[in-house]
Amino acid sequence: MITKQLCIIGGGPAGLAAAQAAYDAGCRDILVLERDCRAGGILNQCIHNGFGLHRFGEELTGPEYAQRYVDFVNERNIEIQLNTMVLDITDDKIITAVSQVHGLQQIQAGAIILAMGCRERPRGAIGIPGSRPAGIYTAGTAQRFVNLEGQMPGKRVVILGSGDIGLIMARRMTFQGAKVLACVELMPYSSGLTRNIVQCLDDYDIPLMLSHTVIDIIGKKRLEAVVVAEVGEDRKPIPGTEQTIECDTLLLSVGLLPENELSRAAKVSIDPATSGAFVDQDLATTVDGIFACGNVLHVHDLVDNVSEESARAGRTAAAYLAGEHKSGESITVTAGKGVRGIVPQRLNSAAMDADVSVMFRPDRVYKKAAVVVTSNGEEISRSRKPVLTPGEMVTIKLTPDKLAKISGGVEFSIEEA
Amino acid sequence: MQCGKRYDAVIIGAGVIGSAVARWLSRYRLSVAVLEKEAEPAMGSSGANTGLVHAGFDPEPDTLKAKFNVEGAKMFPALCEELGVHYEPSGAMVVAFNAEERAILDELLERGVTNGVEQLRIVEGDELFALEPNLSDKAVAALYAPTAGMVCPYGLTFAFADDAAGNGVEFIRNCAVSDIKKADDGYVITADCGEISASVVVNAAGLYSDVINNMVSEEKLTIKPNRGEYWIVDKALAGTFKASLFRTPTAAGKGILITPTVDGTLLAGPTAENVDDKADVDTTSAGLDTAFNGAQILWPKLRRADLITTFAGNRAKIAGGDFIIGQPKDAPGFFNAVGVDSPGLSSAPAIGRYLAGEIAEYLDAEPKVGEMLTPYKKPAKPFERMSNEERAEAIAADKGYGRIVCRCETVTEAEIRDSIRRPVGARTVDGVKHRTRSGMGRCQGGFCMPVVVDILCDELGLSPEEITKNGAGSELLIGRIGEESK
Repeated sequence: MITKQLCIIGGGPAGLAAAQAAYDAGCRDILVLERDCRAGGILNQCIHNGFGLHRFGEELTGPEYAQRYVDFVNERNIEIQLNTMVLDITDDKIITAVSQVHGLQQIQAGAIILAMGCRERPRGAIGIPGSRPAGIYTAGTAQRFVNLEGQMPGKRVVILGSGDIGLIMARRMTFQGAKVLACVELMPYSSGLTRNIVQCLDDYDIPLMLSHTVIDIIGKKRLEAVVVAEVGEDRKPIPGTEQTIECDTLLLSVGLLPENELSRAAKVSIDPATSGAFVDQDLATTVDGIFACGNVLHVHDLVDNVSEESARAGRTAAAYLAGEHKSGESITVTAGKGVRGIVPQRLNSAAMDADVSVMFRPDRVYKKAAVVVTSNGEEISRSRKPVLTPGEMVTIKLTPDKLAKISGGVEFSIEEA
Repeated sequence: MQCGKRYDAVIIGAGVIGSAVARWLSRYRLSVAVLEKEAEPAMGSSGANTGLVHAGFDPEPDTLKAKFNVEGAKMFPALCEELGVHYEPSGAMVVAFNAEERAILDELLERGVTNGVEQLRIVEGDELFALEPNLSDKAVAALYAPTAGMVCPYGLTFAFADDAAGNGVEFIRNCAVSDIKKADDGYVITADCGEISASVVVNAAGLYSDVINNMVSEEKLTIKPNRGEYWIVDKALAGTFKASLFRTPTAAGKGILITPTVDGTLLAGPTAENVDDKADVDTTSAGLDTAFNGAQILWPKLRRADLITTFAGNRAKIAGGDFIIGQPKDAPGFFNAVGVDSPGLSSAPAIGRYLAGEIAEYLDAEPKVGEMLTPYKKPAKPFERMSNEERAEAIAADKGYGRIVCRCETVTEAEIRDSIRRPVGARTVDGVKHRTRSGMGRCQGGFCMPVVVDILCDELGLSPEEITKNGAGSELLIGRIGEESK
């Protein structure tokens, strides 16, 4: 069994940013474990630009953004082990990993940062009825084929789900000569970034069918058509609204699920509201010495936020390893009216002398709203937001002066004008 | 693969029955070929069922179903050990929720005893919930059959096929039979691969075994397909139940059940619905709701979020309801296995052994002895089931074990390559999936499928647009970007 001070599970944007920050905070014994043949995570297949507007003030492609962090890590000679799959983590922080070069490894870590990202929800999990032909992909898998393997999945495409991956693939497939016939979205609003709706659908005259879903799949060996129907307020198909769209490819963008199998093995408590770990403002989970950041914690919209959050996790891990991390009483963070998936779910009262970023999503579209933060009935902050939409994560920053007003608990809620 | 012109015996269908017959027939000095219309074995009913080895209390006494079920079920433990197929003697329970159902349990118990089923007994109250603590507390009693078990039905089919092929049986894929004519010395089969003569024909064509029978016999048969839809439950819930749990049966069938599988997942289903088209294995909104709601009666805590995917299969139901095994009066040398719906899987080893014996007698065949028999080479233990010590050794011996391709099911590159290299190895993405479980986990192939395609290309010398999901017409990719055909 080898020993490492800090092990980071995942060498995508979260893991790399955490590694850089941990190093800069003084940790010198770091090992990043990455299953793919290169670091960079999902960014490697996101060849469109729009990454890094906040972080670098530039519009980078995914691989370019990833390369910035790969460079940061390489400049610091931080060890990354590629082609390595972690099979298990115990709550004693023993990691079991497998690779061709190193065989089966067991590593005793002093601290672990969970940065495994997320997976896509597949067709089977939502039980779309019909036949099970070739031609049905999750949008990310299709993106992998097109952008990394250089292979086209099909030429007449319907996209289910208006999440960002689906929107990006609508444009990508169009660029590559496919005909994208429609983007079908169950809800009455899109779950993607507004700029993606404009730049991926509107700009290419791809219809966005809100309040619709796919109710049947047709095709024996290869997809031949999907049947789409309008849904009512109960999200159930309205009889008589069915239409058949002939296509050979269905791309699914119906939700991302944080990959917490390893977290569960390590007995990290998982919040059903986010499907990610319960953490405090410094990304500490419920297991001593295990931290979480990035999409494995909660699904982000902007990688810039992933980098910031993961850097915080890295700094915390370094402080923990140096014996400088103080843990105080927990202050519960409550998701009030309109607030979903709030992170962090608790505040460490011994760490209230630094800014705290709280992130969440609204449960629906709000116009002319305010995000209100209260503690003990007293209003601590109010931020006016002209538009809130589930497709865009909300970040509320609380400075130490505001944090000082918190006692007993803190609640975030949305008020509509 | 090109077929030869003449065989002693031609088996139509590489499902579990056809492959079982092939396996036992391969012990004789005969030339044998199996014609399979799909790209892989077990693509029909054999690949889409509950995977249960029934104890044998359900069939009516004195039927072929009763005989072959009880005999077959007894063969499973030793056979699976020999073939390296995962069999779990997990037991089964028929659960009653009221007095009327409770009375039916007594009937089933009696029937089981008549059929020769051992260790059957009724359990109720504390004993019932000690055995299955997560069963709905509305259950009043259960018929407990400890001798029932579960197996991977396509895993068993592959093992039979590989053993047969290792002993000289030719498996010819993508070869549908369109006609059979009687000849002086047997039969002439018209198939996709050409014309084949055979002294003996085995009809193991499953859903289409009526069509095949009707090509040669005036005793016309009609199969009415009956579809069953299933949900698969996340293996994170493995251990919720130990036994397969059935609702008390009605005229329609054994009803919605919950069963653990040998893979750690659980199945909720199947429904039972007559369909017009034998190839219609679509799932339906109504069917999936029925399967889920029916399962919740046994398992109230089952949630939609626990479900990872669905599938459906068709049962080859025949009027009269019993297996039709053996030669029709007007077609000597033509051996039927028609109407093999439940308990077909449980009966498969017994049917295979029986028909092979009948055929060997008909042909006066010599058994192979000594070195004529090639011992079966079991597939390696799945990496997922290895201990860490075994894993370290495996990687040291074969680096292919060091690359995990399917993360959800922990399937390595070595196993995927091996699945393609087996005697009747995988040729398609679904073939790899059914042999290794790659793509059967939570992400349903989202992560591993591109790598599986890559490995198939490498092993088979194909380009990506030639790789199919499950045979011609199910190509996954249309070509390289910029070069795809219009």
